[in-house]
Amino acid sequence: MDFEFFTMNPIALFFASIFTSNILMSNFLGMCSFISVSKDYKSSFGLGLAVTVVMTITAAVSWVVLYYILVPLGLEYLSFIVFIIVIAAVVQILEMVIDRASPALYLSLGIFLPLITVNCAILGAILFMQIRRYGFIESTVFAAGSGLGWWLAIMLLAAIRGRIENNPVPAGLKGAGITMITIGFMAMGFIGFSGMIAVQ
Amino acid sequence: MSAKPGKIFIDNLWFNNPVLIQVLGICSTLAVTNNVRNTLVMTVGVSLATAFSSWTLSLMKDLIPRKVRMIVQVLVISFYVILIDILLRAYLPDASRQLGPYVGLIITNCIIMGRAEAFAAANKPLISFWDGLTSGIGYMAVLVAIALVRELLGFGSVLGFRVMPEGFVPWTIMITAPSAFFLVAMVMWLARNLQARREAAAKAAKAAKAAPKPAAGPSPAKA
Repeated sequence: MDFEFFTMNPIALFFASIFTSNILMSNFLGMCSFISVSKDYKSSFGLGLAVTVVMTITAAVSWVVLYYILVPLGLEYLSFIVFIIVIAAVVQILEMVIDRASPALYLSLGIFLPLITVNCAILGAILFMQIRRYGFIESTVFAAGSGLGWWLAIMLLAAIRGRIENNPVPAGLKGAGITMITIGFMAMGFIGFSGMIAVQ
Repeated sequence: MSAKPGKIFIDNLWFNNPVLIQVLGICSTLAVTNNVRNTLVMTVGVSLATAFSSWTLSLMKDLIPRKVRMIVQVLVISFYVILIDILLRAYLPDASRQLGPYVGLIITNCIIMGRAEAFAAANKPLISFWDGLTSGIGYMAVLVAIALVRELLGFGSVLGFRVMPEGFVPWTIMITAPSAFFLVAMVMWLARNLQARREAAAKAAKAAKAAPKPAAGPSPAKA
């Protein structure tokens, strides 16, 4: 078997996945909910938190499922379906646990959890982990970093959108159009980080 | 809801284009738009996945309990995406390698789920297939247009063939992520302006009790 538990400096990977290769700004993952939710600062916070938590847990669980169940059985071609099931299951369990443990948190986080099952960023992080053959520690760190990076990006965008809400934007660009341009400028800012740390 | 195939086609391609108007499904494909060939492969994959999953889900719509509808939808979609992934690996191995994780990400492309929810859940299988396919084509049109600009300016080539003259300096920004966002915004702006103008023209024409044809050219009536 060609996988190892630990192959790369996890601290570098952590910061790289937040800044230099931000999952949203350089890989375009999780755009749909990014654009629709970033209208509101508070929801952005909740969704970002939910994405980070779910991404970290699902990446760890998927790694174990992939390398201890699918690979030994030669069922790697089923990985997409299995990952989706893992994500759905983790989301469901998390929903029940949070509901039981902290109703206040459930109120702020609960509505976002079902949305997350189809968030491209989560599946994207898992697929990157599979294709780049990360070890267990790396996968978890990579997923946590990607989640935090996503969170950071959506908070920034929500803040910017709050500021430009009342600005005179051309009619055709209102809403999605100007948001896209804003994201473009943000992406240029994130490109400024590249060269600091390199991930493959 | 019993729309005609022709109208569905026009709607999905222009008036209700998944990217320009509904702003759906940008996630998985925008990343590969710096290369026309990869974009074509991806968008054909998305179209087929949308068409077949709409068809399947429309066939199954009375069998699925409401509570597990979403997970059934995702499973059906992933089934087709796995087929596409296997086909790509077999017949276009280097495109498959370059696309990397993005093929798998077709599963979470919001267009597929969106069409399944909005159209296939209430319509007959064949027309749902058509709706899915045309949505995919509308999506393809926009993304291929963006990819053309990005590849032409970023690499000086189209589909891998060099088009630009010898002294052309490639625009580095066109290869990187931000240009995709800017181009999407520009295409959106263009499309919305054209549609707004046409609507205004149609309204003016109606008000003047002229021919109420919505497909009239830009402002034939003196508004």
